[in-house]
Amino acid sequence: MSAAALLFRRELALSWGGGGGPLVAVGFLATLTTLIPLAAGADPTRLAPLAAAVAWVALALASLLSLERLFERDHEDGALDLLALGPLPLEAVCALKALAHWVGTGLPLALAAPVAALALGLAPSLAPLALVAGLLGGLGFSFIGALGAALALGARRGGLLIAAVVLPLFIPPVIFGGGALARAADGQSPLQALALLAAYALFAAAVSPLAAAAAVRNAQS
Amino acid sequence: MLSVTGLSLSRGERVLFRDLSLALDAGQAVALTGANGAGKTSLLRAIAGFLRPDAGTIAVDGQPPAEARDRLHFLGHQDGLKGQRLTGNELDFQARWLGADAAGTAHAIQTLGLDPLLDLETRKLSAGQRRRLALARLIAAPRPLWLMDEPFAPLDAGWREALGRLMAEHLVGGGAILAAVHDPLPIPAAALDLGGLS
Repeated sequence: MSAAALLFRRELALSWGGGGGPLVAVGFLATLTTLIPLAAGADPTRLAPLAAAVAWVALALASLLSLERLFERDHEDGALDLLALGPLPLEAVCALKALAHWVGTGLPLALAAPVAALALGLAPSLAPLALVAGLLGGLGFSFIGALGAALALGARRGGLLIAAVVLPLFIPPVIFGGGALARAADGQSPLQALALLAAYALFAAAVSPLAAAAAVRNAQS
Repeated sequence: MLSVTGLSLSRGERVLFRDLSLALDAGQAVALTGANGAGKTSLLRAIAGFLRPDAGTIAVDGQPPAEARDRLHFLGHQDGLKGQRLTGNELDFQARWLGADAAGTAHAIQTLGLDPLLDLETRKLSAGQRRRLALARLIAAPRPLWLMDEPFAPLDAGWREALGRLMAEHLVGGGAILAAVHDPLPIPAAALDLGGLS
């Protein structure tokens, strides 16, 4: 097994082992989308137009939850030193960690978001689009989130700092993903907005490992 | 194998040492001593490439630490173990990540007597058992330079003696060791004293 596969498997095992981070994230998403009709009233004519947007924002917030553990635990227990002495450069380690976060947490969330949106009254024909947007957006959230998690290393109350760093960077994918769903609901083609969302995810995947690795090196010293 | 010249290191505002030089050839060991806070750990971390020195050069086999990360082991205070993971899984990951093959890992398990611990969660291990688990990667994945930070501290008398033998074998095999210690090393070693707090 290659070193990359070895690390990827470890990261997946860590995200699912002890505490079950992905389950907590999915539970958070479900709770958040349940609170909306309780606060706004259960009138379907009011809820349905907002269903996709609410599920989409809930997905963005839920993907923040497990980010704090992405580097912090490895930093606290010294595993980062070990990872730095391995066969892959730290940039690749950061990219693999973000990718494993997407697969471990982003995929379950992307599957849960359309279900939550349907429950709020989303037209069933839009559910596949919500899934695709959730997958692409989740990729961007994981990579940008990894950058935030690396920058917050060693800070007290790192979780808050991650949210403060990362949430502004979540604005473009939230606009593009929400836009794709809104256009599809109006009968227009969502492709342009999806393409922008994909472009953002690729940009995040290309840039964030470099910046995250620099932040990790800084935290190690 | 290791050559340090004119090294100056500081932590924050505090200068740990200036103009430190050190050379280590294959088969040699150096015992690094000094008061708490004198900079032993920082020196080891700088050689491992985790800390950037203020001045001076570090070369491992003629290359800067960042290029030589596959030629050294760093054994620090922290062992990088996840409490909820099984000892066997953690050992397997650590050893293979650093380049060990199956035979090397099996040899390390036998050498360090880890077989009865493999099915335990790492949080159930004692400090000495954790240290043996951390040492396993040094045995499983042979690398020439061992940087060790108080490697004997949590070990009992029997395992201290065993570690001494392992270190001696490593030197005979052409390896080199730089170990921060408070007690004398049980192997022939040169001494480098960083002194008290500067």
